Amino acid sequence: MTTEATTPAAPAAGRQPTTRVPKKKKGEGGGIIRYIVIRFLLIFPTIFILVSMVFWLMRTTGDPITAALGGRLSADQLADRVHAAGYDRPILVQYVEYLGQIFTGNFGTTISTNRPVSEVLLTYGAATAELAFYALLVAFLVGIPLGMVAAYWRDKSPDASLRIFAILCYATPVFFSGLLFKLIFAVWLKVLPVAGRASTSSELQMQLLPGKTGFYTIDAIQTGNPAVLIDVLTHAVLPALALGLLTAGVFLRLVRTNVIGTLGTDYVDAARSRGVSEFRLVRKHAYRPALIPIITVIGLQIALLLGGAVLTETTFEWKGLGFMLSEFLQARDFVAVQGIVALLAVIVALSNFIVDIIAALIDPRVRY
Amino acid sequence: MTRIDSPPRRPSRLASLPIIHQLHQSVGLQRGMLVAGLVITALFVLTAILAPVVAPYGYSQLRGPDGVFGAQQPPGGAHLFGTTVGGYDVLSRVLWGAQTALFVIVVAVLLSIFAGVFLGLVSGYFGGWLDRVLVVVCDAVYAFPSLLLAIVMSIVISGGKSNLIGGVMAAAISITVVFIPQYFRVIRAETVRIKSEAYVESARVLGSGNIRIMVRHVLRNATRTLPLIFTLNSSEAILTLAGLGFLGFGIEPTAASEWGYDLNKAISDVSSGIWWTSLFPGLAIVLVVMGITLVGESLNDLADPRLRGRRAVGANSGLVAETSVVPGGTLTAGPGGLDGLESGTIHPNDGEATS
Repeated sequence: MTTEATTPAAPAAGRQPTTRVPKKKKGEGGGIIRYIVIRFLLIFPTIFILVSMVFWLMRTTGDPITAALGGRLSADQLADRVHAAGYDRPILVQYVEYLGQIFTGNFGTTISTNRPVSEVLLTYGAATAELAFYALLVAFLVGIPLGMVAAYWRDKSPDASLRIFAILCYATPVFFSGLLFKLIFAVWLKVLPVAGRASTSSELQMQLLPGKTGFYTIDAIQTGNPAVLIDVLTHAVLPALALGLLTAGVFLRLVRTNVIGTLGTDYVDAARSRGVSEFRLVRKHAYRPALIPIITVIGLQIALLLGGAVLTETTFEWKGLGFMLSEFLQARDFVAVQGIVALLAVIVALSNFIVDIIAALIDPRVRY
Repeated sequence: MTRIDSPPRRPSRLASLPIIHQLHQSVGLQRGMLVAGLVITALFVLTAILAPVVAPYGYSQLRGPDGVFGAQQPPGGAHLFGTTVGGYDVLSRVLWGAQTALFVIVVAVLLSIFAGVFLGLVSGYFGGWLDRVLVVVCDAVYAFPSLLLAIVMSIVISGGKSNLIGGVMAAAISITVVFIPQYFRVIRAETVRIKSEAYVESARVLGSGNIRIMVRHVLRNATRTLPLIFTLNSSEAILTLAGLGFLGFGIEPTAASEWGYDLNKAISDVSSGIWWTSLFPGLAIVLVVMGITLVGESLNDLADPRLRGRRAVGANSGLVAETSVVPGGTLTAGPGGLDGLESGTIHPNDGEATS
């Protein structure tokens, strides 16, 4: 499906109203609605499979209480705790109960901190969403223009160096680029903060807000104090760069390949023969259709971003879901781990759904 | 993209091995990238094999003839790259780390090829409910962040603890599970396509059994896409291993040397300006992943007429159909789309695009 979208002739087809348009109009409304409904229904098996898989896999290691507290409590105490939490019942009963709980948004209670997992998810989800947003922003701002540059100078030295750059972006683990950025900008140059989401004083100011959202950028604006906003933004720069560059490399290559593909199409040839400059060809004619595949790939990038966020957050002590995940892993609190993983599965499935719908709205050939 | 043009190609394909063939096919910049990638990859493999000879100390060695190494010694003197916070020699750990990485790549990729190819072949050939279930499961797994899946797997395998060889195997098997869907999808799509080919029907008419058809006719024709995925997966395997190590699922320093683990231990060093504990293991990861990716990228581009260097297109146009079958439609079989090869390389030519 993505392949089809990468064939950049899509808008070209739109501009040549020959055979397709009348046919398309006839089935337009029903087609897209049917597609959306089918695609929506497909979310549930995906989530169901992932959640079940995580449940069964994690349970093969035994019950979570023994995993977390085994060795620290006596056998009797352990058995009591296990019994109280219901982990000594048949596994199938627990499984059905777990599915039912997830359906109502109850992900259990963490063992290490004794808080509802859903509360943990809500508290720290915003931080991860904020990081992912900034990272995507970096990826767009870096990847798309550079991809066009590379396509424009195809097979010349700018193209070669940009392709190396793109591979470097992919080859550098986020935690290594993060550590390097920290070393250079925070420790040696001392222009940006080392870690965290905000300094303590800013965090205190934001804690006092009545309608705080957890998105520090929004909260900082609400305080009306520009110093807080600047503080929050400077904290976000390095993590966003580290995570964003990972995706920027993907976008760069995607834009490059597609712009090169579009530059070879008939309508670009036609524009070229009318005397449109080569720069304008890239900027105006070849670039827009090349963006369609980007949209379809963002869905997969979200999975990559969430995986990368776990590592980035650990590197920068950015207190989001990923940071908590690695904390819970250290504490061997598998109820919390399971909850976070299940939530991420839901997010991935939902974002893929949304992206597919957008892709279908833009490119009629995607629908099936 | 039909196979009308396949008979004349056969002799030349037998004559040249995969990589060497592509070396001949490439020109200019592409050849440069391919050669650079091959050199880095060869260096990496050599280092991995020769680590016991090349490394000045053992990976878990804390004291030399002159006594204890000391922690966080700056580079120079007896320790070219300095020592870590735990008092290990950084250079030695970087070199030994290559061995761990190579071992994990080989185990992970081999296991996933066997499992993925087997499942893909059976699923694609027989179809039916098994096929449908496997496709849905693999699509779900495929769309999921691979690092998280690897974490779950390593909890299952090692219970979150890492012991001696178990740590390395746990990492390898965790990565395997992440990769199986990729091989599954490619092989299944190829199998579905090939099983309707005339020669498969002829074989069936001649009375060949299912197993013989699957192995001799389908499998042999479906595997030519594997080298490409193999290279892309190898680089991903290193990154996943390092990610696991960084999160503390790695291998204890006494068991083996692992770059991600060393980077995790270097987080606090960075804040106090100690750069050598993080720079060298990190550079090792970047270099190896880049080398392997360069090879994979070049193979991918050479398989794609739109991306291949222009001069080579005319000369080798006969091969386009053969090689570009790889990406064509196969990886795109499900809602995930093809770009789950996390390199994000795209294979823009499917059947419709080239014909």
